Amino acid sequence: MKQLVRAFVAVLAISFILLYIVNRLNSAQGLTEGNVLTVFNWGDYIDAELIDKFGEETGIKVIYETFDSNEAMLTKIQQGGTTYDIAVPSEYTIEKMKEEDLLLPVDHSKIPNLKNIDERFMDLSFDPGNEYSIPYFWGTVGIVYNTDMLEEKGMTLTSWNDLWDPRLKNEILLIDGAREIMGMGLNSLHYSLNDKNDDHLMEAKEKLDSLTPNIKAIVGDEIRLLMENDEASIGLVWSGVAAELMWEKDNLEYVVPEEGSNLWFDNMVIPKTAKNIDGAHQFMNFILDAENAAQNTEYVGYSTPNKAAVALLDEEIVGDERFYPDEEMTARLEVYENLGPRLLSRYNDLFLEFKMHRK
Amino acid sequence: MKNRSRNFYLIPYVIWIALFVIAPLFLVLYYSFFNIEGEFTLSNYQKFFTPVYLKMTFSSFWYAFLITLFTLLIAYPTAYLLTKTKHKQLWLLLIIVPSWINLLLKAYAFLGIFGTYGAANSILEVIGIGSQQILFTDFSFIFVSVYIFLPFMILPIFNALDELNPSLLYASSDLGASQWTTFTRVIFPLTLDGVKAGCQIVFIPALSLFMLTRLIAGNRVITLGTAIEQHFLVTQDWGMGSTIAVFLILAMVLIMIFTGTRKKGVL
Amino acid sequence: MKKNSILSKVYLVLIFFILYGPIFYLIFYSFNSGGTMYQFEGFTLNWYRELFQDTRLLTIVLNTVIIALLSATVSTILGVAGALAILYARKRRVKNTLLSLNNVLIVSPDVIIGASFLILFTMIGIKLGFISVLLAHIAFSVPIVVLMVLPKLEEMSESMIYAALDLGASRFDVLTKVILPYITPGIFAGFFMALTYSLDDFAVTFFVTGNGFTTLSVEIYSLARRGVSLNINALSALLFVFTMLLVVGYYFITKKSEKPRGMGVRQ
Repeated sequence: MKQLVRAFVAVLAISFILLYIVNRLNSAQGLTEGNVLTVFNWGDYIDAELIDKFGEETGIKVIYETFDSNEAMLTKIQQGGTTYDIAVPSEYTIEKMKEEDLLLPVDHSKIPNLKNIDERFMDLSFDPGNEYSIPYFWGTVGIVYNTDMLEEKGMTLTSWNDLWDPRLKNEILLIDGAREIMGMGLNSLHYSLNDKNDDHLMEAKEKLDSLTPNIKAIVGDEIRLLMENDEASIGLVWSGVAAELMWEKDNLEYVVPEEGSNLWFDNMVIPKTAKNIDGAHQFMNFILDAENAAQNTEYVGYSTPNKAAVALLDEEIVGDERFYPDEEMTARLEVYENLGPRLLSRYNDLFLEFKMHRK
Repeated sequence: MKNRSRNFYLIPYVIWIALFVIAPLFLVLYYSFFNIEGEFTLSNYQKFFTPVYLKMTFSSFWYAFLITLFTLLIAYPTAYLLTKTKHKQLWLLLIIVPSWINLLLKAYAFLGIFGTYGAANSILEVIGIGSQQILFTDFSFIFVSVYIFLPFMILPIFNALDELNPSLLYASSDLGASQWTTFTRVIFPLTLDGVKAGCQIVFIPALSLFMLTRLIAGNRVITLGTAIEQHFLVTQDWGMGSTIAVFLILAMVLIMIFTGTRKKGVL
Repeated sequence: MKKNSILSKVYLVLIFFILYGPIFYLIFYSFNSGGTMYQFEGFTLNWYRELFQDTRLLTIVLNTVIIALLSATVSTILGVAGALAILYARKRRVKNTLLSLNNVLIVSPDVIIGASFLILFTMIGIKLGFISVLLAHIAFSVPIVVLMVLPKLEEMSESMIYAALDLGASRFDVLTKVILPYITPGIFAGFFMALTYSLDDFAVTFFVTGNGFTTLSVEIYSLARRGVSLNINALSALLFVFTMLLVVGYYFITKKSEKPRGMGVRQ
């Protein structure tokens, strides 16, 4: 008994000492005072130096929280209980959030730097007039591949259909996303990746099943690590991941398949639960500043919608057609439409069946 | 007298059960009757009995069974040998310590170790077996799962073995029983409660493993847990996710009843 | 017999090697100047230096430890009460019901627990952050403590309690002088299990955290997008060494002060 009591007291004592230290640390960082801004963003999706710089310029302390999927973020915002002043969802989620009345309109007059954004990325179908969202980054979905391996096999890779080549047995890594993979199946059959015809969807699913021998694994964000480790020679990825990978390894190459692919956007929004609305606008304006946006682009590696930043960036980065595609190529790309719950669940079910399909 | 004291212990526990078990349970049951468009329906239950989900259920149970079996086969001798060591409590603690290192980090370490150019393959090369695909196979999945669950199995078995009365063992050998007979007739039956507790602690979570199915098995293994995680976090189909959860909970209750009836009604 | 003991040593060494392998792998690469976990380029201490300059990460680590210690303590108390409640339940049906409810949280996938707790907390109006995470961790650690303590209680003979009562001991005395000392190993086992669950948990914490409060596993998960930076490895290395020292130190201190009994040994 004595032993129990002693252990119990010791544990409590240690906890309270630690609590005290944490409190001191927090107040030293100024996290307990009034002027804070909570940003809810994807993991590692901003240059941390910019957060510090924003703090210095405005005196607002940024609390940075991260999520790993649009849906996880949506769940947390729907439930409330925590106040996010800025969130960065993708386009189809913005549509959904608008429908569910979870967003506050953005006051354009408070964001003079909005003029820096390329017209092409304004006023898109998911948010007409950019009433609720301001572009952050954009990109495509495509194939990253190891040039040495393809050379060895004497192959070229330009289209989705090239992936079905039997020589690529057990070489492909896919990302674990229903829209991306079903989209690949549909695109490879020259259907739209927003196709609503169930026969087409079934056809796409069967086509995907026949790819199974070539697939090594279906993975999440760790695809970057695996490609870096030469675990596989082909990966279906988002353009930003490809850019990061090519930065690390010279023998990797990225291609947006000729049948067409997905064009996506991550935009900044202000959730309805926001407390520091003024700060949120300041933050948006700060991010849209040409120099800041350029710095952020260099760090994150995704394509920036900021034309003033593009002017500041190296030609090597922004002249790269793989990541800043020209008009003709953009025409082949499609943005995900909000399919509505019923059809979306059909996509998900088919994707699940495809994953269950064994070699 | 006895009644009063029983109530006293029940109060905090029942409050906990009501708040954190009954309430969530009710929520799960409630959600399971709604489809993705928010209509009241039984369609989720219908969907569960389609080949896709039945297959998934079957494979979940199969993998959970394999994981539990291998964990038990490795844990029992370990626990047994640990009780024979000098500083047994220390060694036991040292068995638990690795599980305090973040699971995700360990999974990443395994990605490195089992990778095509990883440590495991280098060893295989040296031995002369040659490089194999280890990652994204059933082997790696079961290996890593066993690795993670091992301490949870060792602990209860160790506790059971530790309080075994040594005189029973002496009596057994005095009566001429071989070591094997002593084990099967005396030691094992007396530690059965520990084994059962261990199996429950392993089997039940193994049914609903998720992260590892993607990281280590590359989604080549889809368990009920993976499906639930997908439905809650990705497809937002909370109804279907809840329905699977209802079946998981039913399975758990059945397992409890099945393993619990033999002795004293618990465990 | 001699051969046996060598064999058993080899077996134990192998088990420990496997358990600690991935951890040493992580630690090894924390000294890698190359910046990744697969090609060792050269020795550096940069990751450790970087770590100590990162107050944010330090706060997160401390938060994680505080949550783990507090939740393990509270859930141990609740769990012991729960185990006693189950033990004293006379009717078998009550007993089985309590046990099944107890195990619901063990079988439920983390995502469901997380999502349902999130709904629960927002319904009750608890602000997401330290308190909600602590409550959630307590909630999901209780059942494991019950499972660890109950077998100990079951094996304790009731006559001991009656004997104590006959000798004039009060209820409280029976609890503190008879029952608790007897089940101490189970209590410690439960505490350490609860600690383990809390340190390892990612999914539940992710849902119920907010307002700037983060734990290590949530942080690591969000870093995974870019591949975990090696200062996380450095951090694990330090935490690992620290816990090792703590565990070994604690063991020898308690051993010395209590003579032949180590921590957790009966009575």
